[in-house]
Amino acid sequence: MSGPLAQLLTAGPPDGAALDAFIAEHDIPLVYREGVTFLYRGEADGVFLRMFISGLPAAQPLERVEGSDLWLLKLSLPAGSRFEYKFEVKRDGATTWITDPLNPIRAADPFGVNSVCQGFGYLPPEWTLPDGSARAGSFEEFAIDSRHLGRRPVQLYLPARFRRTRRYPLLVLHDGTDYLRYAGLKSVLDNLVHRLEIPPLIVALIDSPDRLHEYVGLDAHADFLVEELVPAVAARVPLDPDPAARGAMGASLGSVASLHAAWRHPGSFGRLLLQSGSFAFTDIGENRRGPVFEPVVRFMNAFRARPGRPAERIYVSCGIYESLIYENRSLVPLLTEHRMQVRYEEARDGHNWQNWRDRLRAGLTFLFPGPLWMVYE
Amino acid sequence: MTDHALLGPQYRRPNLRECLESLTIHGPLVSITAGWQEREGEIEELRAHVSMPVSDLGLYARAEHVHAADPTLASATRERQDRLQELQDLYRVRLAALMGAVAELTAESGASPALRRARLSALGDVRRLDRQHLMATQREHGNFVRHWQPGRRPSLVPHLETLREAIERASAVLIAGGHVAVLLNRLRLFGIATLARGKPLIAWSAGAMAVSDRVVLFHDRPPQGAAHAEVLEEGLGLVPGVVLLPHAHVRLALDDAGRVREFARRFAPAKCLTLEHGSVLRWHRGRLVAARDVRRLARSGRVADMQA
Repeated sequence: MSGPLAQLLTAGPPDGAALDAFIAEHDIPLVYREGVTFLYRGEADGVFLRMFISGLPAAQPLERVEGSDLWLLKLSLPAGSRFEYKFEVKRDGATTWITDPLNPIRAADPFGVNSVCQGFGYLPPEWTLPDGSARAGSFEEFAIDSRHLGRRPVQLYLPARFRRTRRYPLLVLHDGTDYLRYAGLKSVLDNLVHRLEIPPLIVALIDSPDRLHEYVGLDAHADFLVEELVPAVAARVPLDPDPAARGAMGASLGSVASLHAAWRHPGSFGRLLLQSGSFAFTDIGENRRGPVFEPVVRFMNAFRARPGRPAERIYVSCGIYESLIYENRSLVPLLTEHRMQVRYEEARDGHNWQNWRDRLRAGLTFLFPGPLWMVYE
Repeated sequence: MTDHALLGPQYRRPNLRECLESLTIHGPLVSITAGWQEREGEIEELRAHVSMPVSDLGLYARAEHVHAADPTLASATRERQDRLQELQDLYRVRLAALMGAVAELTAESGASPALRRARLSALGDVRRLDRQHLMATQREHGNFVRHWQPGRRPSLVPHLETLREAIERASAVLIAGGHVAVLLNRLRLFGIATLARGKPLIAWSAGAMAVSDRVVLFHDRPPQGAAHAEVLEEGLGLVPGVVLLPHAHVRLALDDAGRVREFARRFAPAKCLTLEHGSVLRWHRGRLVAARDVRRLARSGRVADMQA
């Protein structure tokens, strides 16, 4: 039990006013070097922490403080950790999942909103926050009538001070709208370009209406990227044709789609940024991740048997609280054995957008180093 | 000798106009914005700020034209650049090893005479390597000029005439920041140190670095790679004896006394001076006569206000 809370509880069950005052004075959950204590107040038959950390029980019960409506759970948590969670509240036979009412820190994703536990020492990186002094990039939208996938909208991020007289690197980004909404992509790009940590680059943001079908190693998707998307972008804006100036990236299945496209079309993407890739494979036995993963497993097994050299330089990241950590770790030696330059990073985080946001600087600056060393404006 | 002034970054909070007023310069002006590369010549904001006529000398574009018209010179320049790049890469490898030794000895606890001597000697090795690298790049540039004589080539001569006339008509030459190697390359190609002799010169950020006698690249916290400051090559030498550090508060760990000490000692006896927004350094007849909002990295590890 943390110091102030222990003090509060030593004299017996605290009354409501004392609890209100305590909560008003402290950030909840209570975070300290070795761990964290969650608090919930309310009448219930049971309260559970539902957190998304692989290897730990999915639900951990909070204990009620006798004689009060206060519920507590203390967890060990390494410094620098971050994870997302909800409370499961059971009352009168009903079960409800809610965000932590005492914790204002939230994270959104396509499925809703979670509470965020920021462990000791974790701070959102300052380069992810909007910076008024950074020159802002802009967006341009167009659509492609793809013979592979049908009509597809594309958003192009154009860096600040975009010039048609200059040739730019191109990064193709899967789940682009989600990266904008949930991973602060616009601020990150504006900031990193402004700080000269990456060169001014063009990002083609794409989305899929059916990513569980298209992002699992579908040849038509890879062909769309290489045969239609990149030429269409090149027709609109000046691109550097060097493969070292071409990248593809994504998270989760978006990573699978990126790796698959680069593998199917070697030489097309010299740079890959793969975040928490769903790189399921079976060296032995059957796929146990469900039918959606069948095509992923087929692709990954084929890739692992004959990786070739899909890109010169690859950044791979994964949260150590993800179930995919094994698959991602397994990928790294395979890539390096086949003469690819790999930067691999693990974070004490889960399978979520803020984890992917927090790794963007390391990934982008590794793949597309900016002119920081030479430019003094 | 003429008045020269060096300024910090002019982005957002420029102090160029104030500087021109203090030097009683009323225009017209010529600018060199080759460090901006493809944005060269986009000086509308600059004109609006100084409120006097400014024409850009277009050195970046002129160099492109010269190379297009003179493939022999273009090819020789590319080869020289390749050799310079190789020198820089090799220097960087050796520098990393020597800086590693400096760091290791600095981390050693104790104050024995042997340890003190070893620390001094390790830093001496770095200083020696810096000097060797500087001399190697000087040789490369010297050989290039001797062999190719760019100033006498028909592809270049008409540009030199135009530039000479434009500079003569101007009351001062402005040199903006940007890509320091690109800028320096163009300043050298067109012999700006000679053409601008006798003219007041106001330079900022990379421009200031380029007119000093030694260009040092620096960043203590790059997102990738080691953070060892590197000597690039000699500058134009118009303001000698200083290592200029634009945006130092962002790029350098100025609150780390150890790093400041190491930096200052490595480049001594040159003064290592920060150039931030609002900074001004003024030279008159070759002497530094004024400094405002400039700080000096001292060999003690302190960062102190600079007094002229």
